[in-house]
Amino acid sequence: MERYVKEVEIIGVDDKTLLDISERNLLSLNLDEMKIIQEYFASLGRNPTDCEIETIAQTWSEHCYHKIFRADIDYTEIKGKKNTRYNITLLKLIKEATDKVKGNFCISVFEDNAGIIKFNRRYGVAFKVETHNHPSALEPYGGAGTGIGGVIRDILGAGKGAVPILNTDVFCFGILETPYSELPEGVLHPRRIFRGVVSGVRDYGNRMGIPTASGAVIFDKGYQNNCLVYCGTLGIIPVDKVKKKVADGDYIVVVGGKTGRDGIHGATFSSIALDKDISTSVVQIGNPIVEKKMMDVLIKARDENLYNAITDCGAGGLSSAVGEMGKDVGALVYLERVPLKYEGLAPWEIWVSESQERMVLAVPKKNLERLLRLFSEEDVEATVIGQFLKTGKLEIFYKREQVCCLDMKFLHRGLPPRKLKAKFYIDKGKPVFIKKRLQDLSLWKQRILKVLGSYNICSREAVITQYDHEVQAHTIVKPLIGMQQLGASDAVVLKPLYEEWKGIAVGCGINPFYGKIDPYYMAGCCIEEALRNVISVGADPDSVAILDNFCWGDTNNEKNLGALTRCVKGCYDFAIKYKLPFISGKDSLNNFFIDKTTGEKTSIPGTLLISAVGIVPDIRKTVTSSFKKEGNFIYICGRTYNELGGSEYYRTHKIKGGKVPEPNPSNTLPLMRNIFNLIKAGVIKACHDCSDGGLIVTLLEMAMGGDKGATVYPGKVPCSDNSLEVILFSESQGRFVVEVERRYREKFEKFMAGSTFALIGEVDESGILSVVYKQDRITISVREAQNIWKGGLKW
Amino acid sequence: MVRPRVLILRVGGSNCDRETEWAFSLAGALPERVHINRLKEGSKKLNDYQVLVIPGGFSYGDDISAGKVLANEIRHNLKEEINRFIEEKKPVIGICNGFQALVKAGILPWNGQQVVSLGWNDSARFEDRWVYLKIEGTVSPFFKGLPPVIKLPVAHAEGKFIPEDDDVLAKIEKENLVIFRYCDLDRSLKGYPYNPNGSVNNIAGISSPDGLIVGMMPHPERAILKYYYPDWQNEKDREDTGYGLIFFRNIVRYCR
Repeated sequence: MERYVKEVEIIGVDDKTLLDISERNLLSLNLDEMKIIQEYFASLGRNPTDCEIETIAQTWSEHCYHKIFRADIDYTEIKGKKNTRYNITLLKLIKEATDKVKGNFCISVFEDNAGIIKFNRRYGVAFKVETHNHPSALEPYGGAGTGIGGVIRDILGAGKGAVPILNTDVFCFGILETPYSELPEGVLHPRRIFRGVVSGVRDYGNRMGIPTASGAVIFDKGYQNNCLVYCGTLGIIPVDKVKKKVADGDYIVVVGGKTGRDGIHGATFSSIALDKDISTSVVQIGNPIVEKKMMDVLIKARDENLYNAITDCGAGGLSSAVGEMGKDVGALVYLERVPLKYEGLAPWEIWVSESQERMVLAVPKKNLERLLRLFSEEDVEATVIGQFLKTGKLEIFYKREQVCCLDMKFLHRGLPPRKLKAKFYIDKGKPVFIKKRLQDLSLWKQRILKVLGSYNICSREAVITQYDHEVQAHTIVKPLIGMQQLGASDAVVLKPLYEEWKGIAVGCGINPFYGKIDPYYMAGCCIEEALRNVISVGADPDSVAILDNFCWGDTNNEKNLGALTRCVKGCYDFAIKYKLPFISGKDSLNNFFIDKTTGEKTSIPGTLLISAVGIVPDIRKTVTSSFKKEGNFIYICGRTYNELGGSEYYRTHKIKGGKVPEPNPSNTLPLMRNIFNLIKAGVIKACHDCSDGGLIVTLLEMAMGGDKGATVYPGKVPCSDNSLEVILFSESQGRFVVEVERRYREKFEKFMAGSTFALIGEVDESGILSVVYKQDRITISVREAQNIWKGGLKW
Repeated sequence: MVRPRVLILRVGGSNCDRETEWAFSLAGALPERVHINRLKEGSKKLNDYQVLVIPGGFSYGDDISAGKVLANEIRHNLKEEINRFIEEKKPVIGICNGFQALVKAGILPWNGQQVVSLGWNDSARFEDRWVYLKIEGTVSPFFKGLPPVIKLPVAHAEGKFIPEDDDVLAKIEKENLVIFRYCDLDRSLKGYPYNPNGSVNNIAGISSPDGLIVGMMPHPERAILKYYYPDWQNEKDREDTGYGLIFFRNIVRYCR
């Protein structure tokens, strides 16, 4: 008889052979892990099959098991001569923060494919953000496309399935002008990655009929060898569809795409460094129309209550989907029944392939016929491949040969936490004092325009317009404002239900530049920025939940792991202070590159993305960031400090040092509540948060968006330091610029009493932003600014 | 009052069907999203409906070219029913991908051979942006009550209106088949970005000579309320109604 499986000789072999097996088969398992496997099979008295060892490798991959986030970390913080030691488990710390602050609006946190919060009495909002970094570095178009395809399936598999209504995308790329000669062998040019990634998200997201309307793009040399691609999806789910549970005897039904050899080892490959020799067969091949068709039928099947549970096939393919669903029961699978794209796959390849557009359902017998008919009616594959059975085992057959028989307990709980060491040297930077009076006016104007046109500030129109950000007709506050798309939005607002005025605001915070100085305050700033963004459009500060996505470099390095730990500590402290529960999160580690010619290892800057989702009580009361009407007053809320470390101004002008911004939640949270109430009352006509680029960029963006002029007096800005540089460019947290109608002046000021604020200027029709400081005046034509801002990022 | 039944044709890759359904129900119709397989197998009959809508999206992935596969499906599988539908003076509406399918099936403008096409945008990429549209002296009854210039969003990669030759173009113009053209706020015809795709004569939508078959690249279903305009915070109008809703109401009114 033909044998379909191979035995892997591990019993009795030495350490070197164990490591060899791991490396040769791209298992990404270390010696300790291989030894645990060896021991387990020794106790069974047999060697594992190839399918078994692959299943374990997928399940235990960093990507799926989050070994670093589950590890016991012995962490030392060093400040001057003082050392402080902590025992920390990162995942625990994040969950602990949530436990302390989660309100009753959290429906499901950290237990499902996505976090779910309450929208109204009938619906919840599910939100998940993923990364697809390694595939996008190798094959930008396919990598990014399948990244978005994957997170959409996460939402389809949240609870019994949420309907996706928004995609979010955040990218970090290298510098677009990098000369080819500077790229190590095997690295694609940043411009090729940029265009490929944006096109991939565009073609997949647009074909799915889901608006891509929120995100950010960051450029820094540190991302040259390892780009970052964060893909998020938000969905809406009836509250009675949140709970799912596999029942003994349910059929295992795989729906959607067929299985091929693409994306084999995706989960394990994403857990190691990139180098020039990695084959692109690890990257999945996507087909959005297959997923779209599957989605259309899934929602019908959900509404008819035809299945008990659902999950997506993502990293690790069927191995991870069936394994995860059956972990408290047991599963019996017949691999030869899985529909294939082509013949010739070994059983283990079918089992771990990461072919896209597939989901797994647990279907009770009585509904099977109806379910299969629904799918066939719209030409979507649906195949029974086995059954969930209360055996506690994962048993797999291929043409009657047993290819896998593992204890679910060993597979899912067999790996003890790692013990790791980490350290971090605290130095949050000192302010730089530059004493310069406004001497050369043209010089100041040049500086301002240089910041405005820089890659990290300028308009994302070239990217945003390629996404269908309005399909489904939910998008109320769009990513770009105005008919000519000349305004930058702080956040997007959706009206998810046609029959209701209630809305959802989504924003994000990301700033790797602060993290280079101190990841603790980076965490604080990212959390605050994400929150500020949704507050600026009218979200209720007491309805906001956040998601954390960490992308880090080589965490085998104690310092890198120390920086990550410090960042997680920041997340913990500031999430509690802002009363923001984390509802979902993900980490992508090992974002580093090994240059095989020089042997040099480069890690990305530690990067944290915080995504925020909040409720807007009535979308008819939302505001945007553009100036609305001449004669209205301009106020700044919040205090400005000398916090230029990591700022856009310092970076574009190559000034070293500086202090990183420190958020001040006890001042900012009450201020945010005031702003929320004043927006709701219609007193505030425009609101824009002060962030990257500082106050001057905020003012210019407001003027450009509204095609209006303004006169402002920086001398009136509440500031700890009265140098113009600090006032214009500091990126201090907790600040908003708002436009208030003249007749509401008194009302506004009375309401704001208790918070720091100042009247700093007035909107006019001059088409010029005049900055009047003492006897001097800097004038910038709004048209000129628009051209610079619009032209900064070319496709 | 009788609510006209509207069939919103759905195939693999359609994606504006739900908002189109909402737009029609708000306008007073009884819309239903129907998969093309149901018409092909006969479990649903086009004849039972008063309006046929082919919504936006990427039918069959827009493989080959936008709307082409769907156009062939219509020509080879549904042509008789659609012809009868048209003869009975029932409205046929194609929005974006539906417009692409209608012209590629030859249904627009003269229900015969294909004589116009929608090619790749001059920018060579998908673009979603809002445009001003100048309403022309159209023969179609569905654009009454709209101001001379309206704003709607476009979102497509293949929306450049191209006639087969000058005679076709002249005939379209002469028969007043142009519904609206891309323009600026002052109604003058301008180039990019006002004309977002490089359409000949800035044509954004056309109708059949009786005005009952209409196709357009802009999306009226995304402008049902003024709150969808990208600058609605500046709108002085106190009513919630957006330009799109007026169009859908006109179709419903025609059917009554």
